[in-house]
Amino acid sequence: MSSSPSIHASERALKRLKKRHARERRFKVMGLSAIAIAVMALIWLLYSVIGTGYKAFYTHSFTLDVEMTESVLDPTGARDPDALRKSNYRRIVQNAMYERFPDVTDRKAKKELFDIISTSGAPNHLRQMAYNDPSIIGQSFTITVPTSDDVDQLLKGNIDRDLDESRRKVSDRQIAWVDQLMETGEIKSGFNKGFFVNPDSRDAELAGIATAFLGSLMTLFVTALMAIPVGIGAAIWLDEFAPRNRFVDFIEININNLAAVPSIIFGVLGLAIFINFFGLPRSIPIVGGLVLGLRALPTVIIATRATLMAVPQSIRDGALSIGASHVQAVFHHKLPHAGPGILTGSIIAMAQALGETAPLLMIGMVAFLTEVPNSPTDPATVLPVQIYIWSSNAERAWVEKTSAAIMILLLVLILINGFAIWLRNRLEKRW
Amino acid sequence: MSQSKIKFSCRDVRVAYSGKEALHGIDIEIEDQGVTAFIGPSGCGKSSFLRVFNRMNDTIPGCKVTGIVKMDGEDIYAPTLDPVLLRARVGMVFQKPNPFPKSIYDNVAYGPRIHGLAANKAELDEIVESSLTKAGLWDEVKDRLKDGGTGLSGGQQQRLVIARTIAVSPEVILMDEPASALDPIATAKLEELIDELSKKFCIVIVTHSMAQAARISDRTAFFHMGNLIEYDQTSNIFTNPTDSRTQDYITGRIG
Repeated sequence: MSSSPSIHASERALKRLKKRHARERRFKVMGLSAIAIAVMALIWLLYSVIGTGYKAFYTHSFTLDVEMTESVLDPTGARDPDALRKSNYRRIVQNAMYERFPDVTDRKAKKELFDIISTSGAPNHLRQMAYNDPSIIGQSFTITVPTSDDVDQLLKGNIDRDLDESRRKVSDRQIAWVDQLMETGEIKSGFNKGFFVNPDSRDAELAGIATAFLGSLMTLFVTALMAIPVGIGAAIWLDEFAPRNRFVDFIEININNLAAVPSIIFGVLGLAIFINFFGLPRSIPIVGGLVLGLRALPTVIIATRATLMAVPQSIRDGALSIGASHVQAVFHHKLPHAGPGILTGSIIAMAQALGETAPLLMIGMVAFLTEVPNSPTDPATVLPVQIYIWSSNAERAWVEKTSAAIMILLLVLILINGFAIWLRNRLEKRW
Repeated sequence: MSQSKIKFSCRDVRVAYSGKEALHGIDIEIEDQGVTAFIGPSGCGKSSFLRVFNRMNDTIPGCKVTGIVKMDGEDIYAPTLDPVLLRARVGMVFQKPNPFPKSIYDNVAYGPRIHGLAANKAELDEIVESSLTKAGLWDEVKDRLKDGGTGLSGGQQQRLVIARTIAVSPEVILMDEPASALDPIATAKLEELIDELSKKFCIVIVTHSMAQAARISDRTAFFHMGNLIEYDQTSNIFTNPTDSRTQDYITGRIG
């Protein structure tokens, strides 16, 4: 070639090159800022949730000497269990408190004193004890019961002691008593077991996630039982056995559309089918699971189809070419090959179902329940709905409960997704 | 060469994909003995034609085969014929080695298992060993039968696929450019194996390498634009083609 300067070294070319590099740099900066924004949002979320939520995992309890006075609880001495359920255990707790602070005589002060302890938690505790073992009536012993949620909040530093008394939920007198009891060790802080084993309650100090957690597990179990086999079956049929015609195309398009339908619509559908038509009870995990199963179905089908379509055709051809039947080629070769992907897709669909709230509101799983469900036919609620219920309560104590429930939900989701990843890595044998 | 029995006889075979015809009426007779090679430029329909013999075209949506194909005088497109059974009698080796993502043993044992060819484990072991021996792979893999089939080299994989095919005791082995993904040494080994196998099986091979066709086949069919142009003894095709297009192809002017 001639010795003239290369067209790639001309001034214009160099300018163009510089521009190209600048564009690349700009793109990298944009990508990095996108990541930075996402990470910051995540950190903010975790900080605000964990920052308030961790306080719900410990609580303050009051250790108190009580006397199960027979004249109060069972004046007739009949020890009839039904009558014992209705006895005045509140009086017993009040008496115990007044005995602890004998100087308090003023009526208003007495009420404030009683309010230090969980006013329904402590009597209920005694009622349960007496119901289990009526012989304890007439005896004296110590019980450990939660303090009221206001005292708990005070001790956690969520109530400002410097505020004017009229603007704070605990009085100056109560603060003095609580400080005294803290000093003597009668009020102690400890792990909040009740948060995990108690059902929901109107009293923040007693409320727990047991109903919602078990409800979520049962609901998810029903969802998995319905959505995974049906979804995988439908995907296999569509991928391998469906005839190619307009009807099947129509079905496929609609399955893809279904995945994008707002979830509350599935709640309306569930209400119409399972509750109004089949007459199943409201609020039960079976109905919730079926509704979420319908919701998860398109996701499972789409994920399964995507993995099935990614299986190399050559594997199926190899099986067919030595005389495997169509079903054998699919089930012996294609499905095992797609297994890990199908599994991951199904688990992700289950994780989505676990976080679903709206459709469950439609079928009454939003109920306030003070009992833990024993089976999928008992009324229950689920974690996201519980979070929703708690978040609408006004008292300070519910804020940390809500955040703590969110933490539990996130933890379960992380565990499920982690399990999916672990399972995929384990099963994905690369021959 | 002695005249042998006719294995396949085709009359006016046409293959169409979604209405678009790829093969325009092929008449051919494939002999039972020896190796028959299909050659021709890319897209000439030779692979489509090969897949007629084991009805693999059935598995392609929109593919339609018309005409008469008889194997040992029996119409293999008759509605009463089960393609699953046909494929047990007519095995196939593909362009890209496609061992199953299973162990070497399971790759070979799969066919006998689904067809119930072995009564017990010992018989199955025997079939696996003899198939791998016939495919010239036994000595290389006998100590690692439990290892994955896809961990072998390309040439070994292709021989594993051949072992998998002959484990079902087919009468015919179809090969669709079996050496196109292999290096020259593996190709040479494969050709040696094909030569060996041709003593026991009817082999039909599609190849885009004229040299390969010349080396291994007894008869060669030249396809061009969906038509069978010429079909004769390999030596005749390469030394004395009657059609000018065959002449052009083998001298490198088309293709």
